[in-house]
Amino acid sequence: MFKVAIVGSGPAGLSAAARAAALGMSHVLLEKTDHLSDTIFKYQKGKHVMATPSNLVLRSDIDFEAGKRETILGIWDEQIAGHKVNVMLHAEVAKIEGKKGAFSIHLRNGEVIKAEAVVLAIGTQGNPNKLRCPGADSPIIQYQLDDPGEYYDEHITVVGSGDAGIENALGLAADPAQRNVVTILNRSADFARAKAANVALLEEAEREGRVIVRRETTPAEVRENELLLDTRDGQEAIRCNRIIARTGSQPPRGFVEAMGIEFSSPEPGAFPKLSPVFETTTPGIHVIGALAGYPLIKHCMNQGYDVIEFLNGNHDLKPADEPILAEKFARLPGNRSVEEWLEVFGRNVLILNDLSTLQLRELLLDSTCHAYEPGEVIFRRNEPGSSMFAIAEGSVAVEVNPADPSVTVPIEQGSIFGEVGLISGRRRGATVRAAEPVVALELSRTAALKLLATSPGAARAVNAISIERQLLQMFGSGLTREDVAPLVASAEVVQARAGQVIVTEGADDKDVFIVRRGSMIVEKQIGDRPVFLSYLPAGSYFGEMAVIDGSTRTATVKAAIKSEVIRLPGQGFLDLLDANPALRERAMKDMAGRRATNAFIESRKDEFSGAVDLYSQTAAFLVDNGIGEATDVLLIDEKLCIGCDNCEKACADSHDGLSRLDREAGRTYAHLHVPTSCRHCEHPHCMADCPPNAIKRGPDGEVFIDETCIGCGNCQRNCPYGVIRMDAKPPKKPSLLQWMLFGSGPGPGEAPYSWRKKKAEEEGVAKAKLAIKCDMCAGIDGGPACVRACPTGAAIRVSPDKFLTFTKLTEDAE
Amino acid sequence: MMATKAGGTGRFTQDEKRRDSDHVSFLKHRGFRWLWVALALCGTAILGYLMIDQQPRPNGGSWYGYTLGTIGFGLIVWLSLLGVRKRRITTGQWSLKAWTSAHVYLGLSLIVIGTLHTGFQIGWNVHTLAYVLMLLVIITGIYGVIAYATLPASLSANRKEMTRAQMIEALTAIDRQLESAAQPLERTEADLVINALGQDVFSGGALARLTGRYPGCATACALGGMGRQSEAEQRVVALLEKRREQLAQIRQQLRIRALLEIWLFIHIPLTIALIAALVAHVISVFFYW
Repeated sequence: MFKVAIVGSGPAGLSAAARAAALGMSHVLLEKTDHLSDTIFKYQKGKHVMATPSNLVLRSDIDFEAGKRETILGIWDEQIAGHKVNVMLHAEVAKIEGKKGAFSIHLRNGEVIKAEAVVLAIGTQGNPNKLRCPGADSPIIQYQLDDPGEYYDEHITVVGSGDAGIENALGLAADPAQRNVVTILNRSADFARAKAANVALLEEAEREGRVIVRRETTPAEVRENELLLDTRDGQEAIRCNRIIARTGSQPPRGFVEAMGIEFSSPEPGAFPKLSPVFETTTPGIHVIGALAGYPLIKHCMNQGYDVIEFLNGNHDLKPADEPILAEKFARLPGNRSVEEWLEVFGRNVLILNDLSTLQLRELLLDSTCHAYEPGEVIFRRNEPGSSMFAIAEGSVAVEVNPADPSVTVPIEQGSIFGEVGLISGRRRGATVRAAEPVVALELSRTAALKLLATSPGAARAVNAISIERQLLQMFGSGLTREDVAPLVASAEVVQARAGQVIVTEGADDKDVFIVRRGSMIVEKQIGDRPVFLSYLPAGSYFGEMAVIDGSTRTATVKAAIKSEVIRLPGQGFLDLLDANPALRERAMKDMAGRRATNAFIESRKDEFSGAVDLYSQTAAFLVDNGIGEATDVLLIDEKLCIGCDNCEKACADSHDGLSRLDREAGRTYAHLHVPTSCRHCEHPHCMADCPPNAIKRGPDGEVFIDETCIGCGNCQRNCPYGVIRMDAKPPKKPSLLQWMLFGSGPGPGEAPYSWRKKKAEEEGVAKAKLAIKCDMCAGIDGGPACVRACPTGAAIRVSPDKFLTFTKLTEDAE
Repeated sequence: MMATKAGGTGRFTQDEKRRDSDHVSFLKHRGFRWLWVALALCGTAILGYLMIDQQPRPNGGSWYGYTLGTIGFGLIVWLSLLGVRKRRITTGQWSLKAWTSAHVYLGLSLIVIGTLHTGFQIGWNVHTLAYVLMLLVIITGIYGVIAYATLPASLSANRKEMTRAQMIEALTAIDRQLESAAQPLERTEADLVINALGQDVFSGGALARLTGRYPGCATACALGGMGRQSEAEQRVVALLEKRREQLAQIRQQLRIRALLEIWLFIHIPLTIALIAALVAHVISVFFYW
């Protein structure tokens, strides 16, 4: 019987095991593969591993600092051996039974290990799906392919039709000198889950006979050097020495929940509920590391140390983040200790009420604390900002009327503000000042989203508040919370997928909608064709015309991208208008504008239907290319572009010598070209999964990556537009004058790879490959260099709601 | 609430103005601003030439001649700096499009300024050399403006959303297929395919590149000499036709790019020669004053 069994030998598990060994606690470290730290082991060769956050001290018995993957793994292997850690390799845990003091850990190979306590440090990678056929335990099956060049003269079958399977099959068949016979099995007739480029390569390889592709085929039985297949025309056996199974993986949640451990919410992003000593709802089982919500190596290692100290009875241990929190709180008035402040925030702020101390600490690490004097501006109208504020002490005043700052609406202690930026990604809608001395917490976008995913109570509260605020802001001055309360109560948030129709032309439903996030396009059927009327960004409302004058819908409104709209029942909206004549007047004025556009189209439809068509189709093309979620997009008029690539050169020369745009790549319609360049999305996909939280929205609305980037490449994979590249900062080039006069160096623009490589080798300092992307030339006077450096006026950066206006049709811009 | 206009100054206001913009070509920049400046300059120069009584006769050596010469010299030096502006990506509110626009119209105005500066006195000397060089530079520049105004649309149409790298990749893919498809062919036919595959895609020299005609194209030759009987031959012919189309796209791309750039190979060396001749012209004038 061990005192503690540690499952998983990543940074968290290693650190825990090393601590247990150092304390002389009886322990076992279980690792399912044949080596330690599998996630880092699987990084590509020579990858530079970063050590962020730099201000967090490392508290562990094993060392870690930024460096090459091999060096780090080498040090760990050596120190784990030095500490005499009791490691058990090939020990994959199937299930854990028992209770605190007497757990039975059942391994896949049938062995059972007994321990008083369990520390789960299994990360979030999950386990690969096994083949579901007899013989699935055969040793010829592997779930990963490290180096396709290792295998010779073999009959290899790849199971799985995703990108991983296709890439493995192509890799194994790449070199005919290896003389492998490679077969790939696909359960269905086409490769729908893989990237088009990979499918094309596979089909080419199939035509050339390099890979055998078997469609509508599944494995039936794995035998010795043979694989029995279920095909459309019956069973068939093929020769097979090795099977590579790439059929996806199971997230570890099911495995964890099977032990009776509760998660904070059913959301996919939720984490297990934990006590301040990392204990789950099943006493005796502790969770640390990425599975607990801490993806960074240093955090993981510190938790490994801490959890063993707690198990050893050291309950006075302060978490390693204590000094960071102390520093955060130092600027607040009142000289209170970290515990006291945590208590104040947790008790006073409504949306933080349900959080455990551990969760609160983590949230505060990702947040900023502010103290404001009465009258001090917290943020201004039209500033970009995606953070949310929570008032711990005091109250603030919102200037609801831009023309008259004296008209304000109060927000009281415990409530939140700034959530509109969080939800819609748009700029601040109003200026907010402190009304009395205020202590506020600013939650970064990621921290706030994590909070909403883990605390259902917080999500509900934020939702109700945001709908109320959006209504108040939309309808301007003169309304109070009481006025809109019935509407808020009856409002409903509706999710819309891209292309989903919200309002149909000619229908006689009467609801009013507010675009909460995403954007909408408005179309009108003229003859047999839909004509694009306008683009509605988040914050707009529509559908009010039918309510006010009782007519049928005059146009169709559909989602340009995945969006959220708030549906307000027409009757509630009418009641509100009846009670507020000023509001009715404004709605009527808005309506007049839309009616005029409709009438204009009707009157001109015969005269210039060609132009209307082109405009509609161009708009549709732009929306198809994701412009609906952009805030600032580079568009090239190919009637003007001479292909000089000065935009790319200018980009490289104003940003460390690497271009962040690819002019030629990308789609084109009617000579309007959308190059591969960041559009600064309202809800950037790249931000979704950044371990150090290095991707932010800057003061000019730009989405940028700061210096804490660890080069993991998640953002590059998450960006649907392929605008992020991973590269090392190149060495400095000789000056322009030296190039012009003496021809030294590669000249303006991005230096060729060979030059960069040679020069970097001469300098001898290996630099990590980090993520780089367009930052809209933030901090550079004059604005985006690509636009300034275009000699013919072909390149412009515009905002879609301004580019996609109907006025395009009526006035020739040139 | 639709999009809101922001008040205040600074980067946000600049950005809002920029985001509200539209594609406007360098020729129409700011409602032909530089065209009007150039026309005003020419008009003033002509008016001055006609109104001012130059003694003994209109000449580069009169005070008005010196004035025109100084303006012309200054313009030429400034116009030649476009090459530096284009490559020096400094901060600040400059736009290369505005520079190009000014370059075109002020460059054209030199025809008037320079000609009036000569006082219509032409001879076999370094002064006339500078004048002729200037005219040649301007003529090549006019070609450049026409090329920039007319060719980009066809460049875009020919590209069909493919990048240069993708065009080459597509060709490589066809070549790989051709190589294996040609295995069953007879010796003579196989040689035709080998020739086609072996030929440098970019061979043919400057003339071929500018005209788009490649008389020695081995792919066209192979298509001509290939039989159409067997299944293997038909496969190879189909692939050769694909290869010919892909080559045509690449060659058309090269041709348009060459037409867009060829004039710079004359315009810029001539500009350097012009500046040298101008320096000689100015020095000789002052030397023999």
